[in-house]
Formats: sequence, structure tokens, C-alpha cells
Amino acid sequence: MSTDRKAGKPILLQGNAAVTLGALDAGVQFFGGYPITPSTEIAEILAKELPKRGDKFIQMEDEIGSIAAVLGASIAGLKSMTATSGPGFSLMQENLGFGMQTEIPCVIVNVQRGGPSTGLPTSPAQGDIMQARWGTHGDHPVIALYPDSILECYELTIRAFNLSEKYRTPVILLMDEVLAHMRESVVLPPKDKLKIIHRIKPNVPPEWYKHYKRNPKYISPVASFGEGYRFHITGLTHDESGFPTQVPEEVNDMMDRLLRKITDNLDDIIQIEPFYMDDAEIAIFAAGVVARSAKEAIIQARKKGIKVGLIRPLTIWPFPDHDVENMLESTRAVIIAEMNQGQLINEVKRVTKYGQHSRFYRIQKYNGLVITPDEILRKIAEVA
Amino acid sequence: MKKEIRLSGSGGQGLILAGIILSEAAIMDSKKVLQSQSYGPESRGGSSRSDVIISDETIYFPRAVNLDILLSLTQEAADKFLCNLKSNGYLIYDSSVIKVNPIDGEAIGIPFAEIAIKKFKTAIVTNIISLTFLCKVTEIVSIHSLKSAIKARVKEKFIDLNMKAVRQGIKLAEKYLSERG
Repeated sequence: MSTDRKAGKPILLQGNAAVTLGALDAGVQFFGGYPITPSTEIAEILAKELPKRGDKFIQMEDEIGSIAAVLGASIAGLKSMTATSGPGFSLMQENLGFGMQTEIPCVIVNVQRGGPSTGLPTSPAQGDIMQARWGTHGDHPVIALYPDSILECYELTIRAFNLSEKYRTPVILLMDEVLAHMRESVVLPPKDKLKIIHRIKPNVPPEWYKHYKRNPKYISPVASFGEGYRFHITGLTHDESGFPTQVPEEVNDMMDRLLRKITDNLDDIIQIEPFYMDDAEIAIFAAGVVARSAKEAIIQARKKGIKVGLIRPLTIWPFPDHDVENMLESTRAVIIAEMNQGQLINEVKRVTKYGQHSRFYRIQKYNGLVITPDEILRKIAEVA
Repeated sequence: MKKEIRLSGSGGQGLILAGIILSEAAIMDSKKVLQSQSYGPESRGGSSRSDVIISDETIYFPRAVNLDILLSLTQEAADKFLCNLKSNGYLIYDSSVIKVNPIDGEAIGIPFAEIAIKKFKTAIVTNIISLTFLCKVTEIVSIHSLKSAIKARVKEKFIDLNMKAVRQGIKLAEKYLSERG
């Protein structure tokens, strides 16, 4: 399994290997995980690479322990990550919420496979999109990214680390099994061209430090354990100092802070790729590997003169409400193609004004096979 | 130009590696390439496959569905994957295990495994002999790139053996091409 990182010239790279290169380039210092298909290569490669750098890899007893270890390592100051699939992601939900509540940066890769439960270990599915959004309880915003190429597996892993460090929150990288396992020719950027973000450290004396200091940007510097700063971390709703509170104003402050550090920065967080959307009368909405099938279908449909385009979210959460709404304004129909029983379609419906789109079409496939360009072409023909 | 190639046989025959080598040779020929493979129990025995899509343009759909070239080293793999071969596609099969041409039309049967054992005393080079044969006959990648890709992938102590296997593959291809005329 090669992880040679040659910048500027094309190399053959597997999706899971690309994630590890992205993580290493982003400066990952700790991986805690429990290997599971189809994400195993991520753990396998980092188990080899991290110790070479003097960094830590630990295989935990299960996924509950894995994310606990990741959160602990991060609060000790290390850039931390884990990688899993649906069954493991389910086990991580409680501590994922803890990470959000306590504002601990980390990256969680979920290479999706067929579910529910142990489901289809080696087959692709896009069934965890809503789990990524609402898998853990309570109100919370979430950042989740969704690549459609091997290069993007690399780029979005770096971006996941950057966003987690910047917004002081766990970030989820959702992947399709197909991308995780396939290999593709990619050209990686030179390392010195990368923008790597590190969490802001406090510059006040320890006795002045507040772990969740109020400020208009809702993001405050973060000290690590062992640096001389004293602070308290709890999953209970807390005040600026980190101690539990039930004072309604303080509860409000904390809840607003968690929400608004994300919603005030949507322009920075959201990425979306329009593909042939300028004059599109029909839009396809799809993510990941399905978007690749859609692109192939669009190129063929365009040869027949059908004006069809694709809207592809790279940031799937927060959902790109405004971009999708704007791009759909001039279309007369939208086809939502997804490898599940209907998760994205409700989001697209939610953001389009009532009555504006009388025509919604769906392609939903959940038998372990990828939606093909032919299937999308047939639906385009039906719509056109 | 877009070509879809499937290397098929049984788990352990080195076809995944052969697919990776073919892909890296295609990259050296300045092509876009996408490789995928069977994942699951069949990669440890049973029929296994390694698919390579080679194109001048961006490859979007990652599955090989209309094969231009199918290499089959076992009967089971040939039976399973023939339905994916284009009507004018190349079928190259190992005639040491597949005794009868599996299709009505023209196909290329070469006893790769027998030749490997006879000339090299090991079946382990069957993948490289048959891959080289495939590349030489179909010209899907240049032999120069194929050799470089093999050298970059296999352990140093096995490079000599593999280069000999390449020469054997070329010899078989040249013989086949001259007989075909």
C-alpha cells in the first residue's frame, strides 16, 4: 500500500489512502480507532505512518473508546481523528455530541456502507446522511463534507481538519465505499501551497483564562491540558468557565454560541459545485459517487441538446440552502438521485419555495449497487 | 478514447497487482485512469477481478460495464464476466485451464499458466506474462511504460524474474500476431 506523496505529477491513489495523505499533510498527530470495512485502509496506513513521525496510533477496544480517545487527545492539544463506517459511527454518536457540546476539534471519517446495523459491509450506500446530521441528540449544528473524487478525498480531509480547528468542533467526512476503495490518477498540490489552520491558543495569563470566553464571533481561544491553564470540561450545559449552569441566560448564551459560530460563517463553510448549471432547465442534485454518474449522464444528454446540469454539495451539512434555492430558481424540474430511501430529497424540497417547483423526480437505489449514468439518462428522458 | 479492461481469475493470482501496474503504466502514457477491484470474500479465493478504465478524458462513472478487453485466467471468471464484454471486444483466456473457447466469435487462448510453470518453474508470473501479452496485442499501454510500472511496484529482488516474464509475454504476443497476420 503506497502512500508516496509526489507533488505536481500524476500518481495512482486509492480514496482511503488519499484521506491519510490529507490527514498527514493537515498535521494529524493522533489516530484512535477500531478498523471496519470499508474504512480499514485509513487505520492500516496511519498505523504505519504516524509512529514514523513520533505521533500516536492506538487501536481501541471499540468505537466508543475510539472517539473518547480522539477527544481526549485533542483536548491535550493534538490534531486528532478517527475513521469508521456506519456501525461504528452509531457507537460514536454519544461522544460526538460531547465533542460538539464541549467544543473539541477533531475529524471523524465515516466511509458509508449499506445499513441499517451491520448491513452490507462491502457495498456502497448513502444512508448515513441524516445520521451525520441528527445522529446525536439535542440541538446542534454540524459540519459534514462529501467528496466525489480521490483528489477531493485528500482536499476535503485537509479542509475537515481546518474547519474543525477554526470552528472548534468535530467535523465529519462522509465518504462512499466506491471512492474509498477505487484508485484514480491524481495530481497532489505541493505542500507549501497548502493552507493549514491551527486552533487559536490563549495569550492571557492562566488566571484570566476562560475556556468558553464570550465574544461576538462565538469562537474563543482554546488551551490544552498540561499547559498551565485550568479549565473544566463537562457535557452538562456550562458557562464561560466550563462549569455547569442552569441559569437561563447562560444556557441561551451557550446554545447560541454553538449554533452561531457555524451559521454566521456559512460562506466560509459551504462549498458547492455547479456543473453545466448556467442554462440548465433540468437540475440533478447528487453527492459523491452518484454525482459522478450524473456528470457522465449530463455530458451524454447535452449531446442530444437537453439542457441539464448538476448541483453537487461538497459541504452536505450545513445544507447549502441558499445556493440550492438560487440555482433551482431557473429550472423547471429537479431530479434528486441518492443511494438511500430518500434523505436529500426532503432537504431540497425544504429549501425551494412552495409551488415553485411542481416537478420533483427521484432516483433512489439501496440494493448495494451504484446508480448508473443510464439510470439517470432514462430519468432525464422522462423529465425532458 | 476510453477503454475498459477487466483482469479476472481467482484470488491470489496477482490480478489486483496487475491492475495497479496496468493503471500506473497508463499514467506514464499520460492517460487518465481509474482502477477498482472485487472487494470481499472473493478477493481471498473464488473469482476475483481488477477493472481498469483508461481514457484521454476525465473518467466520471467508476464502474467498467462494457469491457473492451477481458482477460480470464479461470473458467469461473470467464463464465461470470463474459456478459460484460463488448461484441467486438477482446477475450484473452488461459487455455491451460479453459479448454474450449468460451465464445462463438474470435478469442485468444494462450496456456499462460502452463508456460509459466514450464519456463519459470512457478505459476506466480502468470499475471505478468498474461498482462504483457494483453498490452502488446491490444497496444493499450506502451511496453516501455509497462516495464517501468512493474519495476516501480515489485520488490527489487523480483525485478529480474518479472522482466523475464515480460519478455516471455512479448514473445508469445509476437508469435500470436505473426500467426494472425
